[in-house]
Amino acid sequence: MTTLSIDHVSRWFGNVVAVNDITMTIGPGVTGLLGPNGAGKSTLINMMGGFLAPSTGTVTLDGQPTWRNEAIYKHIGIVPEREAMYDFLTGREFVVANAELHGLGARAAQKALATVEMEDAQDRKISTYSKGMRQRVKMASALVHEPSLLLLDEPFNGMDPRQRMQLMELLRRMGDEGRTVLFSSHILEEVEQLAWHIEVVVAGRHAASGDFRKIRRLMTDRPHRYLVRSSDDRALAAALIADPSTSGIEVDLAEGALRIQAVDFGRFTTLLPRVARDHGIRLLTVSPSDESLESVFSYLVAA
Amino acid sequence: MYDPTVARLTYRALLGRRRALILGALPMLLIAISVVVRGLAGADDQTAADLLGGLALATMVPIIGVIAGTGAIGPEIDDGSVVYLLSKPVKRPTIILTKLIVAIAVTMVFSALPTLVAGFILNGNGQQIAVAYTVAALVASIAYAALFLLLGTVSRHAVVFGLVYALVWEALFGSLVPGARTLSVQQWSLAVAHKVTGGDLVTSDVSLTTGTVLLVVVTVLATWYAGQKLRSLTLAGEE
Repeated sequence: MTTLSIDHVSRWFGNVVAVNDITMTIGPGVTGLLGPNGAGKSTLINMMGGFLAPSTGTVTLDGQPTWRNEAIYKHIGIVPEREAMYDFLTGREFVVANAELHGLGARAAQKALATVEMEDAQDRKISTYSKGMRQRVKMASALVHEPSLLLLDEPFNGMDPRQRMQLMELLRRMGDEGRTVLFSSHILEEVEQLAWHIEVVVAGRHAASGDFRKIRRLMTDRPHRYLVRSSDDRALAAALIADPSTSGIEVDLAEGALRIQAVDFGRFTTLLPRVARDHGIRLLTVSPSDESLESVFSYLVAA
Repeated sequence: MYDPTVARLTYRALLGRRRALILGALPMLLIAISVVVRGLAGADDQTAADLLGGLALATMVPIIGVIAGTGAIGPEIDDGSVVYLLSKPVKRPTIILTKLIVAIAVTMVFSALPTLVAGFILNGNGQQIAVAYTVAALVASIAYAALFLLLGTVSRHAVVFGLVYALVWEALFGSLVPGARTLSVQQWSLAVAHKVTGGDLVTSDVSLTTGTVLLVVVTVLATWYAGQKLRSLTLAGEE
């Protein structure tokens, strides 16, 4: 059992507060650290991995501090977001070096390379690798010593769908084996597909924590706003407001469009085209007006 | 206190194609100049001492020291790949000490060895001049490597600062301002070289004791401090 405890941790850089009084406990299984870009996810992961001192608070792994404690890396595997590696080495040389630094040998390296399916390209220079291949070699370097805690900073960035699926499968397997796996992402779907447990960070604050279904419901149950243009806005508005999935409609004369607020997302999305068809109305524009991730997150913070 | 894997990675980074080219250029230049001087002026002790003192020890050794010392760690910290060393159960001072040994070895090979060769070309090691300057270069290599390795851990502009120190302080001030000379790795190593020749062709502004003590103190302090810096090296996020 490996438990990572973040206890009232804040981190500021000069006047900028990157992480603001966050407390969370990460246990075995796959946890997704979700938040928009610039939310403080990397800062938090750097503190978890012992590469940054918290300004206040403590980060401990099973009671041991991660900052200034080299021995902790026997238990931690890290996949940094940064691209830089030892580009002049081949993939195999790189992973072997990582294994040796853990006091292990070529066999551990080979096993890790096999796990990420990089055996075919292992003798090529890292400088010739695609982003997905780099990511997999980074992954292998983090797995050589079979760590009980795996920290991954935006691991799916730049991966194609197949590589993404493979990595997800691998992480899921590690979680099933009882390892503590934490990965950060700014993409909800990634987190939803993989994580059993989600921690949401917005603007340096801990916005939500828990089961992804609960958080997903919070996200989908919120009022959705749409901007709709049609061949007959007023007739469409009248037909839509009769249904309980719609809570308000404004006729925006300046825009020449309807601003619709829907409370039941699922129902509304099937209702709109049906109503239009039944009334012989042509839909010209249907665009969600607040679907940006930031608005989803800020809704979560308020909830 | 020495990790062969860290050493291997450091060697390969240092002796990569481009850097090795830069490291090799100065020694080749020194040897080429020595051949020309010997051909034109014949073997002359004073000329040999001037060339080895002015070009080899005052300019080439510190520049090679800057390239090897800062190059042993600076680029890794700059691009963040040092994270692969730091995320291992390896003691920080071990990483620094290993990198120091590599930097010293590279500096010695690319500066002391060519100094010896140049010395033999210039006057066939007459009055032990070649050996004396080689000893000075060997001793200076240690202190320079330690100083510039520290610089590589504390500053992103280590190469610039290093070159300014090497060229402005050591080469210029060290030759012109008497006070600056006592605080110069070059003079400390000359004190050791003076002891080797015993003659007046190689002289230093500091005594052997002062030179030796300062060399040791600077090397040890710089290495210790670099280890401390690495222990609390912060890898800030990209946000």
